Amino acid sequence: METLFDMAKVLRSKNSGPFELTMDILFDSVDKYQRVKDSNKITVETICDLYNITENEVRHIVFFDPAMGIKITILRDVSSGTVGDRDVYGAQQHAPLMNILID
Amino acid sequence: MTNEIKILSPCGMLGYGFPEQSFLRGMEEQPHGIVVDAGSTDAGPHKLGAGVSIVSRRAAKKDLKIILENGVPKKVPIIIGSAGGAGASVHVEWTMDIINEILQEQNLQAKIAIIWADIPNEMVIEANRQGKVNPLSPNIPALTDEIIEQTNGIVAQMGHEPILEALREGADIIVCGRAYDPSPFAAIGIFHGKDPGLSYHLGKILECGALCAEPGTTKDSILGYIGDTSFKVKSLNPARRCTSISVAAHTFYEKEHPYILHGPGFTLDLKECEFKELEGDVVEVSNSKYIPAEQHFIKLEGARKVAYRTFVLAGIRDPILLENIDDIERRVKEQVNDYYDEIPQSDYDVNFYNYGMNAVLGNKEKAVFTGHEIGVMIEVIGKDQELANSICATARSTFLHFAHEKRKSTAGNLAFPFAPSDIEFGPVYEFSVYHLMEIETNPFPIEYR
Repeated sequence: METLFDMAKVLRSKNSGPFELTMDILFDSVDKYQRVKDSNKITVETICDLYNITENEVRHIVFFDPAMGIKITILRDVSSGTVGDRDVYGAQQHAPLMNILID
Repeated sequence: MTNEIKILSPCGMLGYGFPEQSFLRGMEEQPHGIVVDAGSTDAGPHKLGAGVSIVSRRAAKKDLKIILENGVPKKVPIIIGSAGGAGASVHVEWTMDIINEILQEQNLQAKIAIIWADIPNEMVIEANRQGKVNPLSPNIPALTDEIIEQTNGIVAQMGHEPILEALREGADIIVCGRAYDPSPFAAIGIFHGKDPGLSYHLGKILECGALCAEPGTTKDSILGYIGDTSFKVKSLNPARRCTSISVAAHTFYEKEHPYILHGPGFTLDLKECEFKELEGDVVEVSNSKYIPAEQHFIKLEGARKVAYRTFVLAGIRDPILLENIDDIERRVKEQVNDYYDEIPQSDYDVNFYNYGMNAVLGNKEKAVFTGHEIGVMIEVIGKDQELANSICATARSTFLHFAHEKRKSTAGNLAFPFAPSDIEFGPVYEFSVYHLMEIETNPFPIEYR
């Protein structure tokens, strides 16, 4: 078992526009990417649980083989930079993904 | 090789800076255009709301000076996308003022085209009434006349079309108001008859400077080449190189989807793209597909003022206070509400951010606190500045002296790093308009100076 944080080369979050948050998980080997993809751990249920959101707030979970990367896009609770926002660029919202365990 | 069009991108954001040597290496290749992005919604709504920039005037001038003094004498077209941080008229004029200053100081002459991206509020109200304005995602409230009227400086993201027109008119410098980030880059390729899919995909990569290289950064230059069936990217700094993976992975960056990109009047499909590493750390990309949309939509952006803020920062080191922090903060807020019982609670709000505990993730934080100190930010939001200041002062003094039953540190609960402790922030804005508007005619007028 390894954490997603240990396996990924890049694990990051950022706004995709002021109303969405997008998380990228990129790898430096096909093996690692494939292991994570095949683990079936990166699912709508996992994301809903980690981010306290409902299914319809998950916009995309996409596996893109040519880039050996996974993209997860969710709706923001509060739009970027207004009252109640905690992270204007959305740059530190990847942390909940770090401890996902991969077989 | 003879038919290749070269585009030099100095950096990912005008005013972020770049090594002059990288830029000059790009100039040696005799590019057909120098294009730089200058705007983004990333830094928040205040740029549109208050009409301010992201970078300092000093930094913008430093970058522009290198670009203008090299590009203008060689007659290489220079395009600035989303001028001044958000691309409204105030941002464009801010950029024009810097450009004019440099041209004068360097004794240079240039034909300048300005492409305005401001959309009059009345036009949005009218289109909205006709059902031609739709939110970009389900968490964006529908527009009302009231929201539109309260919004400052609505802009729309332009595509390549008006930029193409300015290039055809022989402009030396093109200053664009708000633009879809890749469009100013794509305009160069399309102007020279290249495929719009390749032109836009390359634009998407170049608009972030050297971020697609390894190690990636927005603060360095990069060069793109477009041929007839593929495009290539090359780092201009020997300390970085482009790899097929770094370039493929770049389309992930700050986009909602890794291979479907929506632009003004089209969709870019990158699913079948091939990324090939060539000699000399050059990456070649093919099969980027441009799919024209049936209806032409433009993306509107606008911000309105929603409140005023005052805040205070302090540290807490006492273990008993840390153990009971949530309870203390709740009761401090109650005491403030009681003290100002003549003021409706809807006029203000008091929020606590406990840095070191859960300030970044809020209710999504699952880690258990094990630290020995935290930073507390008390944020007060008020309907006017005086109210925010007054409530903040009371919240701060209440917290400082709050008599928690178990405490031993009876002289004070907060370590303020500064005196005075309270910081008047000013207005707070929100993105009140972030919608698609259907258009029939191009709303981006061009002015030549």
